[in-house]
Amino acid sequence: MKAVYFASVRERIGLTEEEISPPAGVATVAELIGWLSARGEGYAAAFANAATIRAAIDRNHARPDSPIRAAREIAFFPPMTGG
Amino acid sequence: MTHTTSLIAPTVRLCAEPFDAAREEALLLQGRTDIGALVCFTGLCRDEAGTLAALELEHYPGMAESEIAAIAADALTRWPLQGLTVLHRYGLIRPGEKIVLVAAAARHRAEAFAAAEFLMDYLKTRAPFWKKEHRVDGREDGWVEAKASDDAAAARWKE
Repeated sequence: MKAVYFASVRERIGLTEEEISPPAGVATVAELIGWLSARGEGYAAAFANAATIRAAIDRNHARPDSPIRAAREIAFFPPMTGG
Repeated sequence: MTHTTSLIAPTVRLCAEPFDAAREEALLLQGRTDIGALVCFTGLCRDEAGTLAALELEHYPGMAESEIAAIAADALTRWPLQGLTVLHRYGLIRPGEKIVLVAAAARHRAEAFAAAEFLMDYLKTRAPFWKKEHRVDGREDGWVEAKASDDAAAARWKE
């Protein structure tokens, strides 16, 4: 699946997007955040305050317990500040 | 609050360049004699007492459009609107430039006011845009923090 990053998450990880292949045991958004956090310093920094990080699955808002199995694109970003 | 009258098609657009709010308002009203109330909200980039050079608005292409469209569709199920236009800038925005326009038309003012406020409250908390501040002194002042007051404003529309 494709992971896409925005704003401070994008800057800390240093990528706008990448292909990821989490193991089968990683089933939810929260578990994916945990798995990504272990990939390196930038990831750990991006997700350090995991409770504030928002996610979207295939461009729809998701929750920490949302299943990721069928996802093609998962986005991670801080709380939105548009308008 | 739900109603079953035929729904109008809202205009939703993201803009990389400044937009003309008066023109959008005129387009919405063109040829219409049934509209009794039009509420136009414009959000602008302010200079923060001369310290802000620009705002950089990052967005999630695809989701920004679909999320605004979903919020607009939600508004149409809540109020009997006769017209709805939502424009949102992205990219580099200078002080004085417009960031967002919400224009809601209805037969009466109560629906138009309420729908415009609802749109703005939901846009702030659900549309994937992020503001970064660029300061006049050259320092990049970082990402604007989301406000708890915006979450509270959006929460009051939940039934």
